Amino acid sequence: MYGKGILKGLGVSARHFIETYLDDIRWLGRKRYGSPEGIAHRASKKGRGIFTVQYPEEKVPVPEEFRFVPFLVYESNSNGDKSYRCTSCGICAKVCPPQCIWIVRNSDPATGRPIPDPAEFYIDADICMNCGLCAEYCPFDAIKMDHNYELASYGRVIFDKEKLGKPVAYYESIRPANAAKENAARAAKEAARAARAD
Amino acid sequence: MTEADMKTPIPNEALDLPALFPGILSADTRPGYSGWIVEKDNLLEFATALRDELGYDYLSSVTGVDYLPEGKMEIVYHVYKTTGGPGLVFKVQAPRQDPVEVPSLISIYPGAELQEREAWDLLGIKFTGHPDLRRILMWEGFAGHPLRKDWKEAYFEEEGKPLKSRWPEGKIVQAEDKNPFGDNIAYPDGFDPDKGKYEPEKALYAALRESQQDETGLPSDRIIVNMGPQHPSTHGVFRVAVMLDGETIVSLKPVMGYLHRNHEKIGERNTFLMNMPYTDRLDYLSSMSNNFGYALAVEKLMQIAVPERAEYIRVMMAELTRIANHCMAIGALFNDLGFFFTPLLYLLEERELILDIFEAVAGSRMMCNYFRFGGVARDLPEGVLEKIKGLCFERLPRRIDEIDRFLTENEIFRARGIGQGVLTAEDAIRYSAAGPLLRASGIPYDVRRAEPYSIYERFEFDVAVRYHGDIYDRYLVRLDEMRQSIRIVQQAVKGLPEGPIQTGKPQYQVRVPPGEAYGRVEGPKGELGFYVISTGKPNPWRYHVRAPSFINLTAFGPMCVGQKVADVVAVLGSIDIVLGETDR
Ligand code: SF4
Ligand code: SF4
Repeated sequence: MYGKGILKGLGVSARHFIETYLDDIRWLGRKRYGSPEGIAHRASKKGRGIFTVQYPEEKVPVPEEFRFVPFLVYESNSNGDKSYRCTSCGICAKVCPPQCIWIVRNSDPATGRPIPDPAEFYIDADICMNCGLCAEYCPFDAIKMDHNYELASYGRVIFDKEKLGKPVAYYESIRPANAAKENAARAAKEAARAARAD
Repeated sequence: MTEADMKTPIPNEALDLPALFPGILSADTRPGYSGWIVEKDNLLEFATALRDELGYDYLSSVTGVDYLPEGKMEIVYHVYKTTGGPGLVFKVQAPRQDPVEVPSLISIYPGAELQEREAWDLLGIKFTGHPDLRRILMWEGFAGHPLRKDWKEAYFEEEGKPLKSRWPEGKIVQAEDKNPFGDNIAYPDGFDPDKGKYEPEKALYAALRESQQDETGLPSDRIIVNMGPQHPSTHGVFRVAVMLDGETIVSLKPVMGYLHRNHEKIGERNTFLMNMPYTDRLDYLSSMSNNFGYALAVEKLMQIAVPERAEYIRVMMAELTRIANHCMAIGALFNDLGFFFTPLLYLLEERELILDIFEAVAGSRMMCNYFRFGGVARDLPEGVLEKIKGLCFERLPRRIDEIDRFLTENEIFRARGIGQGVLTAEDAIRYSAAGPLLRASGIPYDVRRAEPYSIYERFEFDVAVRYHGDIYDRYLVRLDEMRQSIRIVQQAVKGLPEGPIQTGKPQYQVRVPPGEAYGRVEGPKGELGFYVISTGKPNPWRYHVRAPSFINLTAFGPMCVGQKVADVVAVLGSIDIVLGETDR
């Protein structure tokens, strides 16, 4: 029969249409919209019916590995000063594909010898391609990829050291598994060094 | 040909080429190189014999290499047999003068058309006998040939990255401060866009008229219609110039390059590792396969193996990419056919779920940058395997059946798809069509079977093939391929071993021994190849991408001739191009 295929297709559409209501009914009493469970349900293999997430009212949670423009990790001393983990070794600047990291190495005013702390650190976030290579190859866990993707602005976005800095606690909160792994590795290294020193 | 034949590639019987072609060819003996060097004057004779007598009927890739220090240009050809087996590489060398002249292979392998135009445009190699040797990616008023080693871009700093200005004295400079507007444009001698009449389209329209066939010889009214560069169904900024007789297409030329950024030049400035995220931006709908091809090429050069677990993860990712890509391809085809958004949105749901997996594994939904030389960047995070299982064992098979029910028998689609935009098997081979386009024309050629890479020979799957070569069959082939990909992922999930995911220590500066390598994978859009030459330095000397979206367009014109103008959009949709890859 001519038109059977179209009717069959329309049947599928109709089912999808009805699903959007059915799923709402199944979720009666629970929050299908605007709640983490609701969003998780819609993004799971069981997701049926209305699939979309209403950004910005709802946001899809980002997985741990999600990467956006990098930040510099700092630790706070007892007197509240920031101490950046970065040693200005320059590996991130060398590995960055679009070459958007600019680092001025610090040097000791007295001796003129370089000291392991960046005097200036810039990332041109407009050029950054969010590849994550800097974070992957930094040997000091000093530069990490952020989860904050809401960076839209009217002008050029160039981050300096001040803007790039974020505390360790923040890093541990967005990437708990990675941070734990790295902390363990660092502790093991320290222990090995201490053992050798003895 | 049956599936059984495809599984055992016909062995490449040890050909004694120098004995067959005495005096016109010699083996390429440079360290790390392979293949044959053919005398320029005998190229046509050699290629004809290769195709007709030795059965190398498929010209996969044509590209040039500028050996500036040696003062020569080399043109590299990769040919295959569509019955399977490894390919053959041959090269032609010419002194590096202006112009470099080489005979065109278009009379033997019409698939060379766009690729030779590209080599002319970017490297300034003149292919004598090419009927339409115009620039293709750059515009007419462009000075020079940018892939030549002595050509420097406007923001030129150094021959290769990393740039010294970034560290340790990295005082930030913004490009727009460095180059006030207008200073960075150069025109060829005697070219001034402000003075006189500038008619960039003249050559294009002349070429359109040239390729029309008018048997009657009677003068008739033909009109030229430009679709694009911003036509909503051109999948991006792509332009099609068609010459019409009434509503019927007489000739058609694709016009591209609007998204051109000279990916290959950037690639030659980059270090080997830096290219990895750039490959994501080629076919941005299937970045995992792009990573795969490039990683294979460089691994061949470095001669390193990949650990088991990484191989399985790679295959899983590549196949999920294929499913995601075909979701997009089928959806977009229906969009182009006027079904509007419903099919596309149903398919996008499935694609979203796959992208969720990529995001969890690689950190980004589309720009995955996940492969590394000798492995992958990181292991599967917790819970991801469960997600993949859920998708491939439960959700996707059912969803694909639903799409099948939804669309396959639709009478409107059948009317617009069956018998439209036909590409015969012979033509598909002649025009170097690849991927679903080739397989829908009845040629069961799939790189995963023809020359298995990675661990594909371990998996059970069928090469999807259909025989009519029309729009409808291209859709069916994609549907079949999605099902086969699910089968592969299912097997990979079951077989996934424990173990390391990378050989050796992760390194940001890999050492690549000198030589050449060609890595090819069966990308979702067709054979995706990376031709990489290393001189032992941190940056590749040559980095060429055999882009299936680009080369598949060679057959676009012939497929459309005789069709109605409204079918152009449908045919283009059935080829499935992505402009990031076409324009590179
Ligand atoms: S962020 Fe890391 S890689 Fe970059 S300079 Fe600092 S320590 Fe070196
Ligand atoms: S994420 Fe990539 S592009 Fe961005 S700063 Fe790091 S290395 Fe450079």
